[in-house]
Amino acid sequence: MEPKEALFSARNKKLLTTPLGKENPINVQVLGICSVLAITVQLKPSLVMAISVVAVMGFANVIISLLRNTIPPRIRIIVQLTVIASLVILVDQVLRAFVYDVSRQLSVFVGLIITNCIVMGRLEAFAMKSKVWPSLLDGIGNAVGYAWVLLAVAFFRELLGSGTLFGYQVVPQFLYDIGYVNNGLMILPPMALITVGIIIWVQRSRDKSLIDVS
Amino acid sequence: MTNRYIFLYASAMVILVALVLSGAATLLRPYQERNMRIEKMQNILSTINIEAPRGEAELLFERYITTTKVVNHLGEEIEGDAFEVELQIENRKDLSERMLPVFIAEKEGQTYFILPVRGNGLWGPIWGYLSLESDISTIYGANFDHASETPGLGAEIGDRQFQEQFPGKKIFDQDGTFRPVRVVKGGVPPGDLHAVDGITGGTITSNGVTNMLQNGLGAYEKYFQKIKTS
Repeated sequence: MEPKEALFSARNKKLLTTPLGKENPINVQVLGICSVLAITVQLKPSLVMAISVVAVMGFANVIISLLRNTIPPRIRIIVQLTVIASLVILVDQVLRAFVYDVSRQLSVFVGLIITNCIVMGRLEAFAMKSKVWPSLLDGIGNAVGYAWVLLAVAFFRELLGSGTLFGYQVVPQFLYDIGYVNNGLMILPPMALITVGIIIWVQRSRDKSLIDVS
Repeated sequence: MTNRYIFLYASAMVILVALVLSGAATLLRPYQERNMRIEKMQNILSTINIEAPRGEAELLFERYITTTKVVNHLGEEIEGDAFEVELQIENRKDLSERMLPVFIAEKEGQTYFILPVRGNGLWGPIWGYLSLESDISTIYGANFDHASETPGLGAEIGDRQFQEQFPGKKIFDQDGTFRPVRVVKGGVPPGDLHAVDGITGGTITSNGVTNMLQNGLGAYEKYFQKIKTS
């Protein structure tokens, strides 16, 4: 029998940390962009979305990993989708019950977690052939990789577009008095793409191995 | 793996998922319904220019909405709880059987009559609330919402900019004939008190609002006449 691997062995830790940077689902794999454009006008919905995705991905990876030896290969995609869709519906119902305003703002985008390629990508690429604990780490790692980019984009868009953070005024009034204006462009979806672009630029100029040489 | 196994697997999975989801929906329903009630109160209050935060909506509703009643198309008061009347169901009934809710608000010594309306947009239902001043003709405030109109086009009826056109408009003309506000294409002629500007690219939704006001407020016509003369 193999010796038991420590819970946070170097290999397991890597599962959690590489998706934050080197294999970030948004910056490097460019998945899940649609929701980044749509809901990052303010921090609050972005935070709720981030938490929802972490929950969905963590649970989905664990469930698929538990079932991985029983799932008939021919219908595995359907099984994966059913698991994701059920979890997303659960999240949607919970949001509607406890944070109604935010759930109205997120509206269709919570439902669209189902089609977020990151979730299914990790199930198919990782959870289908990995044990439960590494799958959980992989799911949470990737979801947090998605979440931090989401929050970073929302931070700049809300700060520069509305002068607030989480709805609280942070740009002091005297700046407005001497002529500062909020940049209305930041509220529009294209600026999310540009903000993501800048994040990707910064990341690649710091880590040359990410630059596609082909 | 045999086909038999695949079928059994799929069936078991579907049944399990159905049980979990319906269980969750049943458990969470009371919370969700409370949220929807609060939203309805917020919408009603917003037509008399009261922005109620979620936590205070119930309190403010109690304070400002002094009377609620249900009337029929003849304007006679009938039994029922105005707040619980579902227009979705009522609108399918014959006019003579419809229950028509009325919310009466008192604010700064003024009386306002708040009426719900509901109709169809392009993709799905649209609905809203209108408040009338005590002359039962001048609109004091309006609030519209929709289920699935196109963002940027028809969905603009939910925007303040569209709704702010309504205050000051009238639903009866000088002779006292019923003439509700229409949503018109190409700009309202100056001085027209019975029309507002339509939404570019949202013509079907705009027409939906026109019909909704025509039918929705039309049902109250006899009731209006009754309180005017009394």
